[in-house]
Amino acid sequence: MAFEGLSERLQGTMTKIKGKGKVNEADVKEMMREVRFALIEADVNLKVVKEFVKKISERAIGQDVMDSLTPGQQVVKIVKDELTELMGGEERKIEFSTKQPTVIMMVGLQGAGKTTTSGKLANLLRRKHNRKPLLVAADVYRPAAIQQLETIGKQLSLPVFSKGTDMSPVEIARQAIEHAKAEHLDTVIIDTAGRLHVDEALMQELKDIRALKEPDEIFLVVDSMTGQDAVNVAQNFDEAIGITGVVLTKLDGDTRGGAALSIRSVTQKPIKFVGMGEKMDALEAFHPERMASRILGMGDMLSLIEKAQSSVDEVKAKELEEKFRTSTFTFDDFLEQMSQVKQMGPLDEILKMLPGANKIKGLENAKVDESQMDRVEAIIYSMTKKEKTTPEIINASRKKRIAKGSGTNIQDVNRLLKQFEDMKKMMKQMSGMNTKKGRKKMGMPGLDSLFK
Amino acid sequence: MSFFKKLKDKFAGNAEAEESTEKYKEGLAKTRIGFTSKINDLVAKYRKVDEDFFEELEEILLQADVGFETVIELMDDLRFEVQRKNVKDTSNVQSVISEKLVEIYEAGEAEINEINFVEGLTVILMVGVNGVGKTTTIGKLAHRFKNEGKTVMLAAGDTFRAGAIEQLDVWGKRVGVDVIKQSEGSDPAAVMYDAVRSAKSRGVDVLICDTAGRLQNKVNLMNELQKVHRVISREIPGAPHEVLLALDATTGQNAMLQAQTFKEVTDVTGIVLTKLDGTAKGGIVLAIRNKLKIPVKFVGLGEKMDDLQPFDAQKYVYGLFAEGLDKEQQEEDEKADK
Repeated sequence: MAFEGLSERLQGTMTKIKGKGKVNEADVKEMMREVRFALIEADVNLKVVKEFVKKISERAIGQDVMDSLTPGQQVVKIVKDELTELMGGEERKIEFSTKQPTVIMMVGLQGAGKTTTSGKLANLLRRKHNRKPLLVAADVYRPAAIQQLETIGKQLSLPVFSKGTDMSPVEIARQAIEHAKAEHLDTVIIDTAGRLHVDEALMQELKDIRALKEPDEIFLVVDSMTGQDAVNVAQNFDEAIGITGVVLTKLDGDTRGGAALSIRSVTQKPIKFVGMGEKMDALEAFHPERMASRILGMGDMLSLIEKAQSSVDEVKAKELEEKFRTSTFTFDDFLEQMSQVKQMGPLDEILKMLPGANKIKGLENAKVDESQMDRVEAIIYSMTKKEKTTPEIINASRKKRIAKGSGTNIQDVNRLLKQFEDMKKMMKQMSGMNTKKGRKKMGMPGLDSLFK
Repeated sequence: MSFFKKLKDKFAGNAEAEESTEKYKEGLAKTRIGFTSKINDLVAKYRKVDEDFFEELEEILLQADVGFETVIELMDDLRFEVQRKNVKDTSNVQSVISEKLVEIYEAGEAEINEINFVEGLTVILMVGVNGVGKTTTIGKLAHRFKNEGKTVMLAAGDTFRAGAIEQLDVWGKRVGVDVIKQSEGSDPAAVMYDAVRSAKSRGVDVLICDTAGRLQNKVNLMNELQKVHRVISREIPGAPHEVLLALDATTGQNAMLQAQTFKEVTDVTGIVLTKLDGTAKGGIVLAIRNKLKIPVKFVGLGEKMDDLQPFDAQKYVYGLFAEGLDKEQQEEDEKADK
């Protein structure tokens, strides 16, 4: 998950300092060395790191820290504040033109993910902003780039404007804007060819496209795995054509994504979206403050809650809660729960959002094997109706049958039965607790027992 | 002007010059002459060797994405060597540094950047994360092998990404080689099976297999890749003879994880460092070479068919420093102008 290395490293240092009554200059110095190390390993540009470390040291050594009651905590707070600031403070929304159509240009190096992101962006604008997007295939250089965009358009049932590879990209863009006007399509997304920021001829081409109709947004698409060079790339693109925002792609990988910090601090342009997967709906808004929390291992509860809200059915959750209380929770309910959890996205991603999840032993590098869940499903599907509601009746011969039916072995079946029992016990305790405190909770218990 | 002449000129008028030049010659004989002298030249031209120099060297390497750990190790080594030999003469210090620098990449091992061709059919599997240039590299490799007089076939194993099959197809036509393909969304292992079969029956020399880009932390996709690998080796024992990992030179430290994970899954035999024509250096390959012993075999330098060159370690390492030092010097000059 993004930035995890950085948070681990900082966490280690922070725990050392957190408990201290007094932070002296040597402590700060030691911590800053760790911070520097972590940031560089996270691909934050060296110059940005230097500035950052200097800023923090000054604040940390300053009077306010020494006088405060818990100087350790104070230092943690300083680091987090500065990190948030570095990444851009508040969330920024996309700009639409009052004069139709809105023009959005996608630019960047080869292989950053412009074409895929164009498709995702069009999809998002249609879904969340009620726009009518037109995708424009202006990459006439890379073999089959146009077909790629056309296929994406087909998948999403969105119009794609393409004129083959014989026309100049500038002319294609010009005609596309005319076409959008005529067809009352209100947003034009131009997918340009990947190019090196030092390629003058191709950078000129971008300037020419830009001159057609001042784009409302020029998004620089950047691979989140980019190293030290991210700064040069962003600076060059910004100087040449003036980008308005950044889209960070492939953040579903395990890169620490320090490029985000570098680009932001060098160009001062906001990161507007992040690509979180290969599917066409895997484009999300960038939340600097959440990212900063995550970097420091404070977890990303906001994102988690948002995810849960959009995929967990409230009515069903209430039913489930009732079942826990009355101990009538069955394997059918278990299945139901599992599918809800699955809807929230890959489990390892969800886990990483939990505060402190990366500190739990054995979970720090947990690669949740989704096929494990499929196996559990298969076992449950192989039970009879009666077995599902009253698992107590499952004896040795039934176990044998279930194992055979699900293509697993008896140990797997046993394990599941045991987990199920534990879960029920736990639920009973928990729901008792919760009614006392009068707190509401979400119906997602037993998550942990699945990974043992 | 030759290096020796330069060096002599530099020390002309210095009483110790004769002696140190002799010592220097001895030192030089132990190392590879061309490259070392170039580095020496650089070092001599720019500065004397002191703590500032080390710091600057460190920054140059860090900015080339070599990675903290490797850089620190190297710097410690350098400082130790310089101290151990207790050399006060700058020219000798320089030769120590040069030796060390050559070693960063080669680590005492002979260079193996040739493709391991076998009798009969050689199978090359291309792997890597999304957008690093796998398909383009395959096109260039095909062109290269064809020019060497080999018959080449390509397998369109990226059945996932929109337009990937067409992209390889275009390259096939451009180069003039056959492409084995199925429809988008089909099982990549099945495509490989087909491809290996027809490569065998048509008696081609080289089969290059494309695969879909995948992030190394996606367990399912890595399993799929393992299956592809397995299918190939089941059809031809010992195949694939080369597994090439395409690495984008702009990638930072994550490249180490990429190399590690892909190596575990497919036993990567070499790296193709792509997009080296930009301003990024891809310095992480030094760390990868050090830690995982995976050599770089080719570098990608552009979008044209013949923009692929065999990796030259000396040239590469030299490039890391030359440009870095040049830049530092420029910045200093600018400062001086103000």
